[in-house]
Amino acid sequence: MSVNQEWTPNIVAFCCNWCSYAGADLAGSGRMNYPANVKIIRIPCSCRLNPLFVLRAFQRGADGVILCGCHPGDCHYSTGNYYARRRMTMLFSMLDYLGIERGRTRVEWVSAAEGAKFAATMNDFVKTITDLGENKKLEDLRCKK
Amino acid sequence: MQEMIKERVLTLINEGAADRVLAWETGEFFYDRTPKFFDKNNVNDLKYDSFCGANVTKYLIAEMPKEGKTIVLVKPCDSYSLNQLCTEHRVNREKVYALGVGCRGKIDVEKLRTMGIKGITAITEEGDTLTVSTLYGEKKVARKDALLDKCLCCKGKEHKGVDEVIGDSEETSVGDKFEMVAKLEAMTPDERFEFWRGELSKCIRCNACRNVCPACSCIKCVFDNPKSGVDNKAAADDFEENMFHIIRAYHVAGRCTDCGECSRVCPQGIPLHLLNRKMIKDINELYGDYQAGAEIGQRHPLTDYTLSDDEPSVVHERGGANA
Repeated sequence: MSVNQEWTPNIVAFCCNWCSYAGADLAGSGRMNYPANVKIIRIPCSCRLNPLFVLRAFQRGADGVILCGCHPGDCHYSTGNYYARRRMTMLFSMLDYLGIERGRTRVEWVSAAEGAKFAATMNDFVKTITDLGENKKLEDLRCKK
Repeated sequence: MQEMIKERVLTLINEGAADRVLAWETGEFFYDRTPKFFDKNNVNDLKYDSFCGANVTKYLIAEMPKEGKTIVLVKPCDSYSLNQLCTEHRVNREKVYALGVGCRGKIDVEKLRTMGIKGITAITEEGDTLTVSTLYGEKKVARKDALLDKCLCCKGKEHKGVDEVIGDSEETSVGDKFEMVAKLEAMTPDERFEFWRGELSKCIRCNACRNVCPACSCIKCVFDNPKSGVDNKAAADDFEENMFHIIRAYHVAGRCTDCGECSRVCPQGIPLHLLNRKMIKDINELYGDYQAGAEIGQRHPLTDYTLSDDEPSVVHERGGANA
């Protein structure tokens, strides 16, 4: 595949307000590097992530979508991430069934104290997506500039 | 059986146990059976025979504000949908008298056509043989070869949670309903993508699958929202076709009773039930066996959790070689 030299992946990271968003903050204040093409969207809880948001992100040009939330058992609202876990499992399975590349979607649990894990996760995810290349299977041509 | 049903319905209405009955009438063609409400004056037009494949339970939702009880004729598979609608409080079970009717599997006229039988004028059945009269003469077909696909992987002929059962049923299931899903799972992602692009690109967005689905009972539907980007009557591009079917399958995940109506009504013959069945298969494998609509008041798997559920990455790890 001839890779466009200019192409860099667009990553959307949905981060829960209480853990992962704070974890991203910590990564920032700790001067840890992670690629600038990760766009963070803050959500109140990982279970706020409507599966439609993931599809919408792909439609609008995302090449990978990652959900970060509190570790199971640590949810600010006690049980939100348990529901999110089942929902995302079903959604990922559906996307896989339709032949969308595995690896374009991911869930990681990142606590507020894990700035280093946040940076490492993002670095790894961006690398995976860069290897997978552009999102061709789930793109909306109408949304292309 | 049809006469027995009419008689029983009339008795129930005359006794004051119910005011109307939801059943089938003959539609435009002799083999069409469309849902209709009857009262005691026109109950004679009620039809129940081997063409009554349609699931009528969804029509009860609109009846709920009316006074009195409605009798609904349910086949074994329809009884699951009725229970699911009651679980979701779309139908008030107290306003419904569920009359179970026996089922020997329903006939698919399209299947006869794909066998090359054209110009059908009448179909009569005797035991396990269908006699199809056509403009070009008579043909005999084995009944089991003309059954609807959904009858070939029937959930069983037991009516769940009905008030009364009339008539006998006969098992029609001939195989594993997850066979095709497993076949697709064994393909590589690119092959699966090609398969679904081929199927979904046939979609004309008639919304018949949504309108017939007993689980799709929202009053305001996302596909009617002009801001959703998926409200077009004809899909504008590949993404929209994918999106429509992913959203629909996902909305009914864990609530789909696998009644098979989506595939039955699809004018383009898209095997939509395969999407729903994949969700059912996953739920069974990951969260324990679950049959939506088996009884009223069940908690469905996506509104439930356990502390030891698998992480979402499990779906990427399964199937190994095809990653």
